[in-house]
Amino acid sequence: MAYRLGVDVGGTFTDLLLVHETSGKTWSAKVPSTPEDQSIGVVNGMMRVCEYAGIDPALIDHVMHGTTVATNTVLTSTGAKCGLVTTKGYRQVLQIARSFVPGGLGGWVIYNKSLPLAPLACTIEADERVSAKGEIVHALDEAKLRASLRDLKTKNIEALTVSLVNSFANDKHEKRIREIASEVLPGIPVSLSSEVVPEMQEYERTVTTVANSYVRPRVARYVRNLKSKLSIRGEDVKLHILRSDGGLASATSSEEFPVNLLMSGPAGGVTGAVWVALQSGFRNLLTADVGGTSTDVALIQNGEPRLRRETTVGDVTVRASSVDIRTVGAGGGSIAHVPELTKALRVGPQSAGADPGPAAYNRGGTEPTMTDASIVLGYLPEGQKLGGDMVLDRELAGTAVQKVADALKLSRKDAALGIYNIVNENMVGALRLVSVEQGYDPRDYALIAFGGAGPLHANALSRLLGSWPSIIPPGPGVLCALGDVTTAVRDERARTFVRKFSETSAREIVKILRELASEASESLEREGVSKREIRTSWQVDLRYHGQGLRLTVDTDIKDIEKRGLQAISEQFDAEHKRLFTFALQLEHEVVTLRASVQGKGISLKRTALAKGGPDPKAAAVGKQKVYMDGKDLTAVVYDRRKLRAGNKVKGPAIIIEMDSTSVVLPRHYGLVDKVGCILIYPDGYKKPAARKAKR
Amino acid sequence: MPAKIIQGNKKAFKKVKVDTVTIDIIESALRNARYEMDTVLFRTAMSPGIREQHDEFPMIANVEGKMVVGQFGSFIWGFMQGYDGTIEEGDIFLTNDPYSVNGAISHANDWLMLMPIYKQKRLIAWSAMFGHMTDVGGKVPGSLPTDARQIFEEGIRTPPVKIYQRGKLQEDVLKILLHNCRLPHWNLSDFNAITAALRTAGIRCIEIAERFGDDVFYSSMHAMLERNKRAMRELIRRTVPEKKQYFEDYICDDGLNMGPYKIACSMWREGDKCIFDFTGTDPQSLSSINFLLNEEMFKMFAGVYMIMVFDPQILFNDGFYDLMEVRIPPGTLLKPLKPAALSCRTHALGRIFDILGGLLGQGNPSFMCAAGFSDSPHFMYSGYDKNGDWYQLYQITFGGIPGKPFGDGPDGHSLWPSFTNVPNEFLESYFPLRIDIYETLPDSGGPGKNRGGNGLRIGYRFLEPGEISIHDDRWLTYPWGVNGGLPGARSRKTLVRADGSEQLLESKLDHIKVEAGDLLLADTWGGGGCGDPLERETGKVHFDVEAGLVTVEGARRYGVVIRADGTVDGAATTALRKEMATARGPAQLFDRGFETIEELRSRCKAETGLEPPTAPQFTKWAKRIAEERKKGTKAA
Repeated sequence: MAYRLGVDVGGTFTDLLLVHETSGKTWSAKVPSTPEDQSIGVVNGMMRVCEYAGIDPALIDHVMHGTTVATNTVLTSTGAKCGLVTTKGYRQVLQIARSFVPGGLGGWVIYNKSLPLAPLACTIEADERVSAKGEIVHALDEAKLRASLRDLKTKNIEALTVSLVNSFANDKHEKRIREIASEVLPGIPVSLSSEVVPEMQEYERTVTTVANSYVRPRVARYVRNLKSKLSIRGEDVKLHILRSDGGLASATSSEEFPVNLLMSGPAGGVTGAVWVALQSGFRNLLTADVGGTSTDVALIQNGEPRLRRETTVGDVTVRASSVDIRTVGAGGGSIAHVPELTKALRVGPQSAGADPGPAAYNRGGTEPTMTDASIVLGYLPEGQKLGGDMVLDRELAGTAVQKVADALKLSRKDAALGIYNIVNENMVGALRLVSVEQGYDPRDYALIAFGGAGPLHANALSRLLGSWPSIIPPGPGVLCALGDVTTAVRDERARTFVRKFSETSAREIVKILRELASEASESLEREGVSKREIRTSWQVDLRYHGQGLRLTVDTDIKDIEKRGLQAISEQFDAEHKRLFTFALQLEHEVVTLRASVQGKGISLKRTALAKGGPDPKAAAVGKQKVYMDGKDLTAVVYDRRKLRAGNKVKGPAIIIEMDSTSVVLPRHYGLVDKVGCILIYPDGYKKPAARKAKR
Repeated sequence: MPAKIIQGNKKAFKKVKVDTVTIDIIESALRNARYEMDTVLFRTAMSPGIREQHDEFPMIANVEGKMVVGQFGSFIWGFMQGYDGTIEEGDIFLTNDPYSVNGAISHANDWLMLMPIYKQKRLIAWSAMFGHMTDVGGKVPGSLPTDARQIFEEGIRTPPVKIYQRGKLQEDVLKILLHNCRLPHWNLSDFNAITAALRTAGIRCIEIAERFGDDVFYSSMHAMLERNKRAMRELIRRTVPEKKQYFEDYICDDGLNMGPYKIACSMWREGDKCIFDFTGTDPQSLSSINFLLNEEMFKMFAGVYMIMVFDPQILFNDGFYDLMEVRIPPGTLLKPLKPAALSCRTHALGRIFDILGGLLGQGNPSFMCAAGFSDSPHFMYSGYDKNGDWYQLYQITFGGIPGKPFGDGPDGHSLWPSFTNVPNEFLESYFPLRIDIYETLPDSGGPGKNRGGNGLRIGYRFLEPGEISIHDDRWLTYPWGVNGGLPGARSRKTLVRADGSEQLLESKLDHIKVEAGDLLLADTWGGGGCGDPLERETGKVHFDVEAGLVTVEGARRYGVVIRADGTVDGAATTALRKEMATARGPAQLFDRGFETIEELRSRCKAETGLEPPTAPQFTKWAKRIAEERKKGTKAA
């Protein structure tokens, strides 16, 4: 019988989760990552987990994988040497970008722009022109282009991008250039902007397609390599890679469009968190994935992560759908400092990273970090190790925090609490971006915190936002592999189709949406998803004619057929009103049409946690002095493995487990539910009556 | 008569002691609220200038009207002193008249809106925002006539009025305003967007006050101002010398073929106080290049510039205002008297930053930046298309960022915060034109150890008959270089007619008729170079040559010799650099690219193809009124 394997490759560990497809039974394993060639760690892990399960690895037929290869390629600037072909007059499209200088008034004084991913020296122009409506203004000069491509050949490029003006409206010239390039530059992979992101806006389309080319050779090599290593006995394992938007892509499509994988890693965490929370009965969530240097947050509405139409990695922002994850530079390694002139307390975004890491790691770090503050506060009790084997030096942590205390003229504990509070505030800032700023009231959401340091902050974040309960999933450090394995295969097709309502019709819109859906379904069928398992959903991006924004509304083809374009404009007006408090009496305009298709996910069984009474004392393993809310208190320390369903842990309490530590604040309690999640509530909490989203 | 503030709850705020961490938290929360105002506005505004290019400025101020977070500094205190009426919960004020608010906004296109924030019937804070409307009526599309003599030609104006009175929209007032604009639905949408942004700030302030208590909220805002003052006092002491520094720069012409106009400023320190004195600035212009400069706004520019150069960690707000004094003689280009035209003030507004750089840099040459794209020149194109529909484009263009001690200036970028260009595919979809060329001009950035950014060339191909307007500057004077850096290239506008004939355009013009097929080559100027170009790493020069940002000929200005095969000739480079260093002598602090204005005029025609402007003539009445005011014989 068939098995599925979920794999998440992190910086330190590779996590694996094996699922038996029919029974839903699971096994997990954790092995060290192998950064020089991640596929080695993956295969080691696969062997390990199959050993635990006592099965032959050949029985695995689907491997689902979240990868950071694409992300790291961008962050470490180790991508391909890219050539670029633009329309004549647009050679510097990446150099000029959007002319934007970050940092407020006078920000240019300290702004140094990073170099474009495709060097100008490797950028050539094609003598051609297409109009915004898609008419050919000048035919492509093929002879000139061949000559330019031959010049480019001497520059030893490893990948080529073609991005011509208005190619979203007519891709003929881009396609022809690919044909010519394959003759002049055989073996060089070519990415076309009209295929990678057929949308208006020349800079965004170009940078996205160039980013695709930039990461393509490395991702392709990795994927091919991994696939061959996974194919035991020559059988064809279906390898799927988690995309930034939380869907799964085939190995082939990952090789061709790796720009869709830039957020693959964090998307796995969100997907896993959603899955766990659903088991506990929560569909509306804020997620906080707290790592060493940063925290990723997202909003989940009715079990679905919100998506956005762009992805940012380092300095690079591209037009590719991703789970709307916002990142803030606040994590365990964030460094606290007090600037000389203002005497304010600032934490992050500088981070001590993993090396030298917080002062307490005793690897030469002397700057006070969030982790050091947690030690001073007693939140990481004696004997608790980080990541399983890291012994913490409490002396060094105290000395480091003292620096901030001296600068602020505060006691050491108050300085540590200040650091903790500021970090929480920074995280709340990011959570507000995905909630309040999008018109969602955080009080209507539960908060789920994971990643190694998430459970230290969960209770405090929920208190600041009014998001209850605070959910701490079992194994908060290993959620991503779970996300990978529970994800359904997904694909989408989109087309920019800018028309005022008066210039189009319901019939035309429906026709295009159907075409897009059938193209997307065919691609899923090629992945072995059977036709009747495919679920299709449609989205239309709209705006008022003349506006710059576009809002995405989910729509149903049948509804458009029945009620005409009104079916989408009504939804748009309502959404506009919810977000911005007003709607306008102006003509609507369609911008983009999109069809998303999805195969069936997998159902797995979580072993229910053994039941216990409300009293958790069997799990108590000691006491710890802590400093919470400005008071010295004694917290009971619990061993999470010994907690039972139904246990009610009263704050102040510290709950320890192998890869994480949870804090329950005074006047709060943690309830252990049947699947092992800890649900933290304030004492006397009553679920509020449903309230209207407030803005 | 100061405004009367109506409050149901007159309980005074209590100054309480707030711990540092709480202040920091409230500071972050207010900063988030201010960014949220931007987000709300960008997403719903219609004028491309606001929506795509972000020509808008939000602010949150404390109960006394002092800006706590924002960019341009607060004018609310001044407004409250001058507004003869009541301020009540639910009111929102609107004005676009610079003369009514002492230059808090500086031309009629900027609609400024102010909202008092009430919590439990008590005023607790203010939010304010202004944005550049594409059109406010007047004699030309875009409402920025280059030849206006009086502000009455520049569109409809409103003094501060309650556009919302106790929460109710004064529809009749809005109707009158919109009725006078060429694109009323854009103005309406932008108006709604600003209102939504102000209310967002209001909700956030109330939430913060609820969370921490009103007195803590009040006291924290004070503490934030105080914190900034402390930091700025230190900064001023360290960076502003007691010895008087003087700098001058120019606006090339006034659109009436007169110029250049001088802006002069002296700066010195007396104790903790930094004084800026604009004595020596030319009298106000007959045309619309006047810039009604608000003293408080100038303090903010100066403060921000110091912060960015010396310590970018400091959060800026109005706290340091007492530490600066700004003296602008009335009747000058920077303090014109009513009813002088103001619409084309963008050149003088931008040039202020070059002047600040020149002033502050003299005391600290190692921190000095060159001159750059100190402007936001506009381009306009309007007419009726084939279907008889009115089209009207207003665009801001970009240029070279100065070379700076910290690195090269980016090519074709914006000196203004958060401004972005409009995607050309968007323009081509909505307006009858094609952008055939969009690139930066090689060698237009001034050579230096750190290179100035290149200017931008936009080739507009018009597809319908219509009219264009040009708003430009630095076509005569240069963006200067510093510490041995050379000046950047000047701007230039060429109209290539469909028949191939070429016509050079003056820098400030309206009503230029264009036909389908005509091409406008709009070249903006580069940034000046910073530091000795002979000290620039040859590798960097070579890189720029390969990238096409500097030509082989241009590389020689750095003393770098490139062989025919594209490689660097090391020996020839060493020799050339030595020869150039000897010929040049020691590096100059400033290189303006000219000796005297007369000398500059004399080579104008040969270099630019345009006739030199004549010496400016000034209005006698403005001068006279200014003198009388000074003597106290005429009321202000």
